[in-house]
Amino acid sequence: MNDMRLTEKVVTETAKITARGVQVHYGTNHALKDVDVDILDKTVTAFIGPSGCGKSTFLRCLNRMNDTVASARVTGRIEMDGQDIYDPRVDPVQLRAKVGMVFQKPNPFPKSIYDNVAYGPKIHGLARGKAELDEIVETSLKKAALWNEVKDRLAAPGTGLSGGQQQRLCIARAVATSPEVLLMDEPCSALDPIATAQVEELIDELRAQFSVVIVTHSMQQAARVSQRTAFFHLGHLVEYGETGHIFTNPTDPRTEAYITGRIG
Amino acid sequence: MSLGLLLLLLLALGALGFLAGRQRALAAVRGDARDLHSLPGYYGQTVALFATVPALLLCLVWLVVQPAIVERSISALILPEDITAGSSLVLVMSDVRRIAEGMDALAVAGAASEGEIAALVGQPDALKERLAQTGVALAAPILPHIAEAAQVWRAQTALGGQIMAAAVLALAVAGFLLALWRIAPEFRARNVVERFVRVLLVAASSVAILTTIGIIFSLVFESWHFFQLYPARDFFLSLTWAPKFGGGSDLGLWPLLWGTLYVSFIALLVAVPIGLMAAIYLSEYASPAVRAVAKPAIEVLAGIPSIVYGLFALMTVGPFLRDWFAQPLGLGDSSSSVMTAGVVMGIMLIPYVSSLSDDIINAVPQSLRDGSYGLGATQSETIRQVVFPAALPGIVGAILMAASRAIGETMIVVLGAGAAAKLDLNPFEAMTTVTVKIVSQLTGDTEFASPETLVAFALGLTLFVFTLGLNILALYIVRKYREQYE
Ligand SMILES: Nc1ncnc2c1ncn2[C@@H]1O[C@H](COP(=O)(O)OP(=O)(O)OP(=O)(O)O)[C@@H](O)[C@H]1O
Ligand SMILES: [Mg+2]
Repeated sequence: MNDMRLTEKVVTETAKITARGVQVHYGTNHALKDVDVDILDKTVTAFIGPSGCGKSTFLRCLNRMNDTVASARVTGRIEMDGQDIYDPRVDPVQLRAKVGMVFQKPNPFPKSIYDNVAYGPKIHGLARGKAELDEIVETSLKKAALWNEVKDRLAAPGTGLSGGQQQRLCIARAVATSPEVLLMDEPCSALDPIATAQVEELIDELRAQFSVVIVTHSMQQAARVSQRTAFFHLGHLVEYGETGHIFTNPTDPRTEAYITGRIG
Repeated sequence: MSLGLLLLLLLALGALGFLAGRQRALAAVRGDARDLHSLPGYYGQTVALFATVPALLLCLVWLVVQPAIVERSISALILPEDITAGSSLVLVMSDVRRIAEGMDALAVAGAASEGEIAALVGQPDALKERLAQTGVALAAPILPHIAEAAQVWRAQTALGGQIMAAAVLALAVAGFLLALWRIAPEFRARNVVERFVRVLLVAASSVAILTTIGIIFSLVFESWHFFQLYPARDFFLSLTWAPKFGGGSDLGLWPLLWGTLYVSFIALLVAVPIGLMAAIYLSEYASPAVRAVAKPAIEVLAGIPSIVYGLFALMTVGPFLRDWFAQPLGLGDSSSSVMTAGVVMGIMLIPYVSSLSDDIINAVPQSLRDGSYGLGATQSETIRQVVFPAALPGIVGAILMAASRAIGETMIVVLGAGAAAKLDLNPFEAMTTVTVKIVSQLTGDTEFASPETLVAFALGLTLFVFTLGLNILALYIVRKYREQYE
């Protein structure tokens, strides 16, 4: 708790990622229209909006996961630390190591729990030896609030865990590569309230080191964990600002309608 | 009444039943089909089914049972003195059957009236001559008593046929009327048809299963015969395969089994890496356009008859391997070799491995790939470390299936590896396999009851057990793989 208060003060207003005029087309479907956003460093940013409005699409622009979708075409400019991430000189694989992602549906690899977490560090050569790797695995699992549950069965398959445990394993896996930004697409949609609370607590702790972007359908969750909120509607970014402000004093009538439950 | 006419009548009755059933159902509700429990067509179907199916079954059973009964009653007529020295009841009975069939042929061809045939029974020599004209040649002179038995045979068969026709038609009409009588608006015709369909499907699958059991049974039975004549110990433990016509053969399994395993091993060595890499390319790298062309193109390989591969082995691969590898390396100068057969068989198996593996790799959920890319892995890292391990059990299953095909293959081996049974390590040496020897033992001139022939069944059984084991292993692994994602 002390930590939390400390980090609150550390929050700076420097932008980690700036997006300008981002448009995404899936074939002829214009999914994202002219989005401008600054994602702040060491801040939790929530993306909210009705289903199909382009939240996931925008999230996937930030680590260039849309490159793997054949029909997707991204235009506009997205910079991370001042570097255009769609510059041909930028290696998307390298970028994804810095911008980690947690998916809506838990997707542990069919490997042991240990190997799931060690996957990223091994690929990127983050550990110099077995001992160091063990340590990364342990701290990542601890950060994901999973260590106590699995420390005695690290060799058991990750697919054998419960849905909530699997999702925390995926979070540990993403954390283990020490990303600078962590993207989470509805990370709690498959979780029960207890696991959700654990993940929310975790997000709050992660804010000390990363900037976190979370897509959520739960207003309460957005209000609880985020400092900034962006509201998307039909491919447009309608409103973006401090979470408290968005929820108490929205400027756009569409935002107000959505958060009060009139559109969704 | 001939069988064809009977079947035609049954079909006509079925069609009539359909129309009548439909009509009656509609009439029962004064044309308003909504008052019926089922659609009008279902009522028609129940009548058609009740009219035809039981009658057809009766017909089928009758056709199987009647000859057995006739045969038994005729056997009773044969006297001990009818069986000449060196003959047996079975041989005499087959004569009776042939004479009867010959008489039928005479009658059908119009060459002799029933009266003339009856007269011929008294004159065995004339009968023999007339039969020879219709193509029924008999070695020994016909005994009068045997000719009489043949006449009785004919009479009984004809009578049986008539009774059958009457019984079948009676059953059909009874079924027709019963079904028609049962039709009422609340009659659940739909459910009745449903049950009929289920029984039909069960029957079809039982045929498949029973046939398999029958095959296994005959294999086991003949193998058992073989082991009565030849010690099982020698078969399973001897290292020599040297069948001799005059008996005293060495029938050791090992040279053949070794050849089978060696050729299959080389075939898999060729097929597995190439097939797997093709599968990975097709499922992970190829664009949809390339895939649409390349996948069927590879699968065409599977459609080539294995004899064509055999010719390819004989004419092209064999001489090539001999001239460029075996001779320069001093490993022999035979163009038939384990290597030739193995390589060509490997080419044949590529599509099996690639197309099964391709399906399995495609079945790995996209979310696993996304997870890996999201952590900053490249495509080949993702394939090696996530996709491939996830698909591995399924791929192993595919490989085992390919292996059991390799073990059963014959044509390529005959033409590619030769027919010499040898235990040798040199892959450029001609060797042979179990399947090739099964063919050659059965097509030889030796008497059927000799161990030299019967060994084919023991070999077949060995092979069967072997591939069965492989298939069970494959099924087990594939099933385990499925559980991982469920
Ligand atoms: N891979 C794809 N191919 C084609 N169209 C896509 C693809 N992914 C998304 N879309 C389209 O883009 C639009 C935005 O989808 P997106 O997944 O970003 O919505 P979302 O806001 O995340 O919705 P949800 O809350 O339901 O997850 C939708 O119209 C969707 O049909
Ligand atoms: Mg989404």
